[in-house]
Amino acid sequence: MNRSYRALAAGAALTLAASTHTVWAARDYISIAGSSTVYPFTTLVAEEFGQRTHYPTPKVESTGTGGGFKIFCSGVGTAYTDINDASRAIKPSEMAKCAANGVKEIVEIKIGYDGIVFAQSREAPAAKFTLRQLWLALAKTVPDPKGGQKLVPNPYHRWKDIDPSLPATDIEVYGPPPTSGTRDAFAELAMEGGCKTFDWIKALKKADKSRYKQICHGIREDGAYIEAGENDNLIVQKLEANPRAFGIFGYSFLEENADRVRGARIEGVEPEFESIAAGRYPLSRPLFIYVKKAHAGKIPGIPEFLDEYTSERAWGEEGYLADHGLIPLPDAERARYREVAVKLIPMKTP
Amino acid sequence: MNNADDAMDAISSPVPARLQRLRRNIRRRRRAERRFRIYGVVAVTIGLVFVLFLFANIVAKGWSAFLLTHVQLDVHFDSATVDPEGDRSPQSLARGDYAKLVKTALRERFPQVRKRRDKRALYKLVSSAAPYVLRDRLLEHPEWIGRTLPVWVPASDDVDLWMKGQVASADVRLDEKQRAWLSALIEQGRVEKRWNPFFFSRGDSRQPEVAGIGAAVAGSFFTLLVTLLLSFPIGVAAAVYLEEFAPKNRLTDLIEVNINNLAAVPSIVFGLLGLAAFIQFFGVPRSTPLVGGLVLALMTLPTIIVAGRAALQAVPPSIRDAALALGASRMQAVTHHVLPLSLSGILTGTIIGMARALGETAPLLMIGMVAFIVDIPRGPLDPATVLPVQIYLWADAAERAYVEKSSAAIMVLLAFLLLMNLAAILLRRRFEQRWQ
Repeated sequence: MNRSYRALAAGAALTLAASTHTVWAARDYISIAGSSTVYPFTTLVAEEFGQRTHYPTPKVESTGTGGGFKIFCSGVGTAYTDINDASRAIKPSEMAKCAANGVKEIVEIKIGYDGIVFAQSREAPAAKFTLRQLWLALAKTVPDPKGGQKLVPNPYHRWKDIDPSLPATDIEVYGPPPTSGTRDAFAELAMEGGCKTFDWIKALKKADKSRYKQICHGIREDGAYIEAGENDNLIVQKLEANPRAFGIFGYSFLEENADRVRGARIEGVEPEFESIAAGRYPLSRPLFIYVKKAHAGKIPGIPEFLDEYTSERAWGEEGYLADHGLIPLPDAERARYREVAVKLIPMKTP
Repeated sequence: MNNADDAMDAISSPVPARLQRLRRNIRRRRRAERRFRIYGVVAVTIGLVFVLFLFANIVAKGWSAFLLTHVQLDVHFDSATVDPEGDRSPQSLARGDYAKLVKTALRERFPQVRKRRDKRALYKLVSSAAPYVLRDRLLEHPEWIGRTLPVWVPASDDVDLWMKGQVASADVRLDEKQRAWLSALIEQGRVEKRWNPFFFSRGDSRQPEVAGIGAAVAGSFFTLLVTLLLSFPIGVAAAVYLEEFAPKNRLTDLIEVNINNLAAVPSIVFGLLGLAAFIQFFGVPRSTPLVGGLVLALMTLPTIIVAGRAALQAVPPSIRDAALALGASRMQAVTHHVLPLSLSGILTGTIIGMARALGETAPLLMIGMVAFIVDIPRGPLDPATVLPVQIYLWADAAERAYVEKSSAAIMVLLAFLLLMNLAAILLRRRFEQRWQ
């Protein structure tokens, strides 16, 4: 007993010592983190890359765009990620943080577009909305229906109250929580797009930007908008069970579940591959990956990984990313970003 | 005597008011007891119904993941295609164009398909991982080069869902032509549901038909190994010291209160601590079983210490006194007598702590173990994920074929948890001491 305890204790001490004092050997796999919207696409490329080359399969974490940048911008070295997935462009504040930690050269590659759909069960009749109607249905405060520039708490409970042409059902919308990039994009594209149609609110943008944002991005909290967590499958299930409800999620989910749910037309445009690629569908956003140039020589396989990502078989119009719901860039933009990726041309720092 | 007389009185004479009250009282108490029993039975039944419903639901959804639809193709292993260098070396074979083999085999089976669009639809019947399956098979059997052999390759996830009847026939994402080709293959006996070899042997994949829990199980194993190696010796040593050697004073009281509190801290807090301490301060690599094990060890330690102290307390003082009286040192009394007698309790606590660690995802979120891992980790320093995280990732995926995968992974996780709890019960039975 005595001896075995000593051995156990020594083993524990060794493990602790090893974990604290070893200088870590070079990492031999690519480390990627970031947006959960880009995650399905980056993982596809990572798996393909691992199968086709002799490099290990890159590790892809799903942390959210902001969480990913936090790690990405913490420094240069094997402890930090090489590539960050982003469902929006990098913010100036994140650039500044990167620069302060020695991450100076960042390569920005736009990989394609994602559409946000406002979907409903297939059992319900096809719906169509304008951005203004969407904003009026979901905003926390709206202009007084009686007229004037006064804001009142959202009085609309049925779609019909907003516009007589809309159905006479209760407003019931399942959407992502505030931590989600999809919610940010929805607020920016749909909510702000609708709220800008009121001239006096648009004028506020110059005069009082924070108030403008508060009015346009504020989502109602009286139960009409239901936060459904980050799990888009759950939203699809709820829509199936309740044909009167609507849900907000990414285009790739609509494509995978096209037999169960249908996207509403927004401003007269159907959420379809072609309309999003052409930029006609109003609720679409670009997706990016950001690469730390300083790691390109240190971690094996980064140029080859970018080569795979920007190859026609991956991100082309008939590539495997498009098969899984990514909307490809137009030809000219693909050519331009392919060059950026292959030559590792960093972004201009402000 | 008096009582008997009273009883006789009660029977023969009109019942006095006091006795009536007493009887009512008894009846009321019996009714209360019956009601209480019914409440208990109802509560247990409701619980059982929920558990059964949960299990039935998971098993119904998940069992089909252990089978996978395969398609038999007559593959011609053309030596120029699979062996570009011409020397039959594994390096050369690894670079062959196996996708071409699959496409050629499908085209030869359906020579009437000509249009480019139709060919693309035809290729979608088999998994896009089929070429890699062929490659791996050929690497095992290099003698196949130049021959034409019937090989079973996995079908695509849409075909798999259709074959398993998991989507209503109107909702299938296969068009008319694809269904016609598939029916032709079925008639020829070339479509079969077979044992899914990938589910246990492979890591995660974005092709649901070949995604597996191999990497996650290996990751869970290494993570729990690190956890056990750290938390068990430290936990037992701490319990023994606090119970047998430490003086009883303000300081040890404070430590005791703290340990009890730590046992109740939400697990995500340990993840934050792990991120700050292990990754940012000590530089342990992210996403590895080592850092995961360290964090889970922190989380499990209080459980082991609390269980260990309870087990040590249960050993009667007479054992210690007897050992000391015979001249044993205090250390000897503990290691020779007290500890062996309390070991079953300590092990039970440890196993329950480990079972909790096996099911944890929240603390691993912060240290990068919620990740897409394809390669199976070979040691505690390779990037890894764990079983519950794999379930979480699949439950969140868009492709419908992951539903059965996540249910099947839940079944495996539940099986592991049951095994661990069973081991805890057996240990307790086996070694339990009863003090008279």
